[in-house]
Amino acid sequence: MEEERLIPLSALQHYIYCPRQCALIHIERFWAENYWTAQGRVLHQRTDEGKPEQRAHTRIERSVEVISHELGVQGVLDVLEINLQDMTYTPVEYKRGKPKVTNCDRVQLCAQALCLEEMRGVRIDSAAIWYWEVRQREWVELDPALRAETLDVISQVQALFSSQRTPRAVYGKYCLACSLKDECQPKAMQEDTADQYLRGMLEP
Amino acid sequence: MKKLQNSLYVTRQESYLHKERETIVIKQGKDKLAQFPAHAVANIFCFGQISVSPFLMGYCGEQGIGLVFFTEYGKFLARIQGRQSGNVLLRREQYRVSDKDALCLDIARSIVLAKIANSRRVLQREVRNKGAHPALDEAIARLANCLRRCERPDSLDVLRGLEGEAAAIYFGVFNQLLKQDGFEFKGRVRRPPTDPVNALLSFLYTLVTQEISSALQGVGLDPYVGYLHVDRPGRVGLALDILEEFRAWWCDRLALTLINRKEVKTSDFDIEASGAVRLKEDARRKVLVAYQEKKQEEISHPFLNEKVQVGLLPHCQALILARHLRGDLQHYPPFSVR
Repeated sequence: MEEERLIPLSALQHYIYCPRQCALIHIERFWAENYWTAQGRVLHQRTDEGKPEQRAHTRIERSVEVISHELGVQGVLDVLEINLQDMTYTPVEYKRGKPKVTNCDRVQLCAQALCLEEMRGVRIDSAAIWYWEVRQREWVELDPALRAETLDVISQVQALFSSQRTPRAVYGKYCLACSLKDECQPKAMQEDTADQYLRGMLEP
Repeated sequence: MKKLQNSLYVTRQESYLHKERETIVIKQGKDKLAQFPAHAVANIFCFGQISVSPFLMGYCGEQGIGLVFFTEYGKFLARIQGRQSGNVLLRREQYRVSDKDALCLDIARSIVLAKIANSRRVLQREVRNKGAHPALDEAIARLANCLRRCERPDSLDVLRGLEGEAAAIYFGVFNQLLKQDGFEFKGRVRRPPTDPVNALLSFLYTLVTQEISSALQGVGLDPYVGYLHVDRPGRVGLALDILEEFRAWWCDRLALTLINRKEVKTSDFDIEASGAVRLKEDARRKVLVAYQEKKQEEISHPFLNEKVQVGLLPHCQALILARHLRGDLQHYPPFSVR
């Protein structure tokens, strides 16, 4: 039987940042660590290692594996808080930076919630992101608009994965912070100048 | 560009390498000779009787550190490969292209173009520094002619013929570039080399080939399946393809520098009973030091238009080839100095 190709939750965020980055990581299997990714990894060691614990009426689980067969996504969420009194679930994602302009963190969080809803048959209305740089929790309402956006991103990533093609580079300011800059070569690859280059070699 | 990491060359016989926490330790008997942080090492090259602990081997495989074994004289023996990196789609594309003559020819043509252009540059440099020289001038003109005939070769065989012709022209005048008594070059002799110049060239070619193999593996390509070189069991065809771009500009020039500056002398070579000529151990160390220094030089990459260290050029070309195979670039732009 053909095994379904599940989309890792992290791919959604990569895709929103840059579709080519998403393809380089998940199709071409490139990964390069830079300052930011290393800091993120160290920061996650804390959330990854903790055992489940209970504080008052809240059970806290860490590194929870989640999956949605319906959406074809799968991943690990950092922290899941379960209120044992009313059995509400709150996924909490840890990010090293600060709240971003784009919806990338919110979409990833919403996808986590959608997985949980399918797995546990519950409804999740809100979730949270903890930003290390500002040391603050941001509450995210899982409203219909965010849910629709998340589904849309998932289907775009699905299309990217099944095409197996890496989109052309589009150079921008965001390239400067990208850890895959050296493998991507956005400036050299956004326009195909190979023909010109070879013709130059023929004129000694 | 990414940072060029260190290569570790272990030439001390009967050394033992192992991993101690996050460091690589080199021992001889009970003496600790050296200790390096493991994350700063990209390649470990072992010459002769060197042993390596299985755990260090495993670590190298995991971290993508190239671990290669040579005989004492620099003949390649084996390389340790961990889990295959990169992407199966890229390798499928690599094999698919190798099955189609027209696609093979396109990549092979790029490589041969660069090989001829770079050989020609080595001769031009000599003329520029030392003034006009009839034999060299003629060779330069004939190489330009070869280049032009490479524009649209009919087949791989035609292309390989042109490559052979250009190599004959270039090596035909190579002796004129040697400025030390006792070093004479009468043509390329391999397996085994029978004169010091050939011995030095072979040694440098082997070193660069290993770096190219590691770089190809690092971006997920299979070093064994090439385009210019026909598949042969045990031969790293693709690595040898890319080596063609670097032979003259990197290896030959380094050999010339070492000989002409009298950094290696004829007494640095052993002649075996068979007639085979090999670098002595001390001389090998000198060559490795010079090679390592060369790798740290910075140049502007002609296609990427970015400053890179010479030691990263194999990685750059592997990356660019992967991008061509994955459809970012219509042709493969080889490394060609201006």
